[in-house]
Amino acid sequence: MTQLMSAPDPVVAGPPDAPRRRVSPSGGMDRVFRAVLRGAGLTVLALMVTVGVFLLIRGLSAFSVAGFGFFTTETWQPDSKNFGIAAVLVGTLLIASVALVVAFPLALGMALYISEYAPRRIKRALTSMIDLMAAVPSVVYGLFGSTLLQWQGTDIPRWLSIQFGWIPFLSVPEADPDNPLSPNGVYMTSTFWAGLVVGFMIMPFICSVMRESFTQAPQGEREGAYALGSTRWGMIRSVVLPFGRSGMIGGTMLGLGRALGETIAVAMIISPVFVIQPHILGSGANSVSALIAQQWGSASPFGLGALMAAGLALFTLTLVVNFAASAVIARSRSGQGSDA
Amino acid sequence: MSTVEPTVARPVPELAETTQQIPQPTERLAQPQPHRLPLPVPGRHRAAPAPEVRRDTRSIRRADIVALLGALVAAAALTGVLFDQIAPFSGVVGFIAIAYPLFLAIYALLVSLEENALTVRDKLVSALVHSVAVLAVGALIVIISYPVVEGWPALAHLNFFTEDMADAGTLDPLEFGGILHAIVGTLEQISIALVITVPLGLATAVFLNETRGAFTRLVRTVVEAMTALPSIVAGLFIYASLILLLGFQRSGFAAGAAISIMMLPIMIRAADVVLRLVPSSLREASLALGAGQLRTVWHVVLPTARSGLTTSVLLATARGVGETSPVLIAAGFTPYLNANPFVDAQVSLPLATYQMVASSEETMQTRAFGAASVLILLVLILFVLARVLGGREAGALSAGQQRRRAKASARDRERFIAATGHSASPPPAQPLAGPPLTDPQQGVQL
Repeated sequence: MTQLMSAPDPVVAGPPDAPRRRVSPSGGMDRVFRAVLRGAGLTVLALMVTVGVFLLIRGLSAFSVAGFGFFTTETWQPDSKNFGIAAVLVGTLLIASVALVVAFPLALGMALYISEYAPRRIKRALTSMIDLMAAVPSVVYGLFGSTLLQWQGTDIPRWLSIQFGWIPFLSVPEADPDNPLSPNGVYMTSTFWAGLVVGFMIMPFICSVMRESFTQAPQGEREGAYALGSTRWGMIRSVVLPFGRSGMIGGTMLGLGRALGETIAVAMIISPVFVIQPHILGSGANSVSALIAQQWGSASPFGLGALMAAGLALFTLTLVVNFAASAVIARSRSGQGSDA
Repeated sequence: MSTVEPTVARPVPELAETTQQIPQPTERLAQPQPHRLPLPVPGRHRAAPAPEVRRDTRSIRRADIVALLGALVAAAALTGVLFDQIAPFSGVVGFIAIAYPLFLAIYALLVSLEENALTVRDKLVSALVHSVAVLAVGALIVIISYPVVEGWPALAHLNFFTEDMADAGTLDPLEFGGILHAIVGTLEQISIALVITVPLGLATAVFLNETRGAFTRLVRTVVEAMTALPSIVAGLFIYASLILLLGFQRSGFAAGAAISIMMLPIMIRAADVVLRLVPSSLREASLALGAGQLRTVWHVVLPTARSGLTTSVLLATARGVGETSPVLIAAGFTPYLNANPFVDAQVSLPLATYQMVASSEETMQTRAFGAASVLILLVLILFVLARVLGGREAGALSAGQQRRRAKASARDRERFIAATGHSASPPPAQPLAGPPLTDPQQGVQL
């Protein structure tokens, strides 16, 4: 709206053009109004900034006790001053990686289906469904994962660990592959299941960002690809995917930010361990947010400080991921003016 | 751009087949689109040479469907055999895990019998994308319906909705106890969160749209980064500030505040997008008529975006209702009904679910599923409401709204005439067709 029409050649020689004095738009009411608006903006900004400040203040006591060991210690015994987030941080990253491995292809397929394949009349319904999937409470996902999925699907990690056990992180040392009646428990409450469920949870977020950038791919280029004789997949590969690449990267990073912070579903599925658990199929896992949720009830005042410090670490991590994601999306060709 | 795959070089039999499907192309050329040009051509009524056969423009051919079905059947049958003979798997999951790759392989094989490699790849990707869509939709249905199915025994008892867990131990049957305390808690906490979120969020969204400058950009960036604020961190923040610093109790109010921290960025983002869609021509028209910024926002911008704003509030509410961890940290768990949100622990539906499913007793687990079903129902209602109320574009009005608008402008006109003492220069004899121009919101209709 700020575009000005190029001024026509002056026909009448008048006084030379000078910047006009801007008349102040309105009187007192509007000044109050703008002050109120600015106040609201300031309040929200202050709220968001103080989140970090408060966590820092409360966690400082724990940081000062633990020192740099806070990032290298695996155990969590704040009352005997022996605690750190090495195990839970690695667990968080592992769960988030599994979630991304699950969510990325699902989101990509769903976004492509909605933008390229679906009949026009069900597109809107599908978009609403994806939004609904994002609105389903995490406790419901947790129920689904902890009481249904990991009991019904034990065969998947068993098969993966037997066939691909030579890949270090896919082996399950506790399991005995030669015993077909070995208990299923060793394949449950693992990083894999937590990541799978979190993957389902973040899929709609990634999908909606991807879909938005895919649907903005210019019609002319699509038709050009078709006119050159490409198949639909050829068109997608040569037009839609390159156009939406930043949307794909940015959406995936947004999903990563969400996966890192997911609490309740993870806490419901895993059985917490306080060592770095590299075997993602084996029982036992942990994450920062699950640690906070599970230790909260029984923590001493110093323990609370330690949990606050862990929360601050998580907060910083998600914030960095998020800022990077927004930057990637905003810089993209498809992200101009998108709300992603 | 160099990756466009030309499919011109199809094998000859394929070409022959295609030309058979398109009947008499020369005839169509001779008769250029008769039904698109309904001009009174004199020669039109001559005896038509032959009834034109409508061209089949569908992109699906019978061979495609047959190949798809054949691959499905073959994969299912082959997997059945494998299950009988080798059986490294059992159960539905294992069956699908084997049958699906088999299906893809057989489908590729079938297609490759008649088509070239490019088409095979196209069909394979199409099959993959479609199955992902089916998987996602199926997962959503299972995830939503599973708690309802499991929790049905609890939902069937009326006391489940009218009692709390004060008199019911973990071993008591479903005839005792219920989740009234959680329902009350959820409703109170979300109301508190809405009271905080809606005015503040709306004002901030308007702020982002009505002002320019570095500060606005900063607020927008921070709000965008905060949309993925981990909910447990929001809980921690409220605990550190409201409870430890300001001396509030762990209570429903603190939980509501924590939920509103979660909801604020979500709502601001959604409302910001909606407000951005309000046409600037409307805003400019209002300013040109002499209205100030406040009047423009209040009488033009907000009413125009009303349906979208409602949606943003409802979607944020749906998100906030399901948050567990802020309530866990800021309010704590209690089995008793506590209607006062400012004193003592107060549980919410998701937190009750989380606590009860951890029990080893089957009745408690059933109650957890029941509570989750009620929660899902709540989210669904909010969601459907959001879609029904917010289905329209910014400024698009329903029939009733149109009528009210027209009436209001007719009243305005009467008022102007009464005030100025004479009617407008071209006196409209007939009642105005549609809302007259005095209504600043009508520009949307263009």
